[in-house]
Amino acid sequence: MAAETMNKTQMFLPLGIFAALVVLLGVGLTLNPREVPSPLIDKPAPHFQLPQLHEPGKTFSEKDMLGKVWLLNVWASWCVSCREEHPVLLDLAKSGAVPIYGLNYKDERKDGITWLQRLGDPYQLSAYDINGRVGIDYGVYGVPETYVIDKHGVIRYKRIGAVTPEIVKEKILPLVNELNRG
Amino acid sequence: MNSIVVKALALVFLMLCNPAFGKEAAPAAEDPALEQRVTAISGELRCLVCQNQTIADSNAPLAIDLKNQVREKIKQGQSDSQIIDYMVARYGDFVLYRPPFKVTTLVLWLGPLLLLAAGLFALFRRLARRRTVVETELSGAEHERAAKLLAADNETDKR
Repeated sequence: MAAETMNKTQMFLPLGIFAALVVLLGVGLTLNPREVPSPLIDKPAPHFQLPQLHEPGKTFSEKDMLGKVWLLNVWASWCVSCREEHPVLLDLAKSGAVPIYGLNYKDERKDGITWLQRLGDPYQLSAYDINGRVGIDYGVYGVPETYVIDKHGVIRYKRIGAVTPEIVKEKILPLVNELNRG
Repeated sequence: MNSIVVKALALVFLMLCNPAFGKEAAPAAEDPALEQRVTAISGELRCLVCQNQTIADSNAPLAIDLKNQVREKIKQGQSDSQIIDYMVARYGDFVLYRPPFKVTTLVLWLGPLLLLAAGLFALFRRLARRRTVVETELSGAEHERAAKLLAADNETDKR
């Protein structure tokens, strides 16, 4: 009897290990390898001072935003997913829940301005990062990327890839409300 | 006849073109020592756009930007580790092609060793069990046969 139960466990042990392995690999497959955790979360937003997209004579810096909770959205006219998230940003801007500032990344000034004219401009203003240097400081590697920055200039959330209505509802708005209260 | 001359001239012209191609690649080798360091450092950094390549191997625009950044930092006199730290501060440990050994990467580094140890343990346990099984088999029917053989042997001895 004892030998029989041992044989049973022996028989099912490899099956169990195999099942555990399948579950582990299955979970691994559903993760998105593009979503690399950013080391910038809960760190001060890197400093920049860039000319504005529409008014090259004026500059914009993250320091201008101290005391406000705001969104920094990295976009470009050549970026396909930016087009996809654009209506979501327009809705969010219209709701007035949080000011959105753009970082026009490695774009032609003319193309960027035309793009906003055609599709609508959700941004208070866009900074113009022609050589992508500020993008590198912010760890940008897959445009569009969106950062939530708090009143003290600390990055609290980063979204890599297009912002969806679900992300606005479940992540961005609750966080913005919480940060505005704090 | 005339066309042969034209063809020959064209051939000579084409041959003269080749050295020109050779010259075009020259700027990269302008400072071989610098380029060697750029390649060495970017060989340690993962391209985040095409994740299974280093930025040395990749021609993605971001990889080219990062290579330029590396080149610039070298020219500023920064050390290799300063440049690597700069990249890690922006892109995290994931940017390192060889992940560092720390608490969060323990499973990554030691997992395979643990699996090997578990496998060896299971193997030795199985081998040990098989040995005992062989012994019990010997003490069964073969034992009897051995006894018979020995008895027969004794009988021949007596004769």
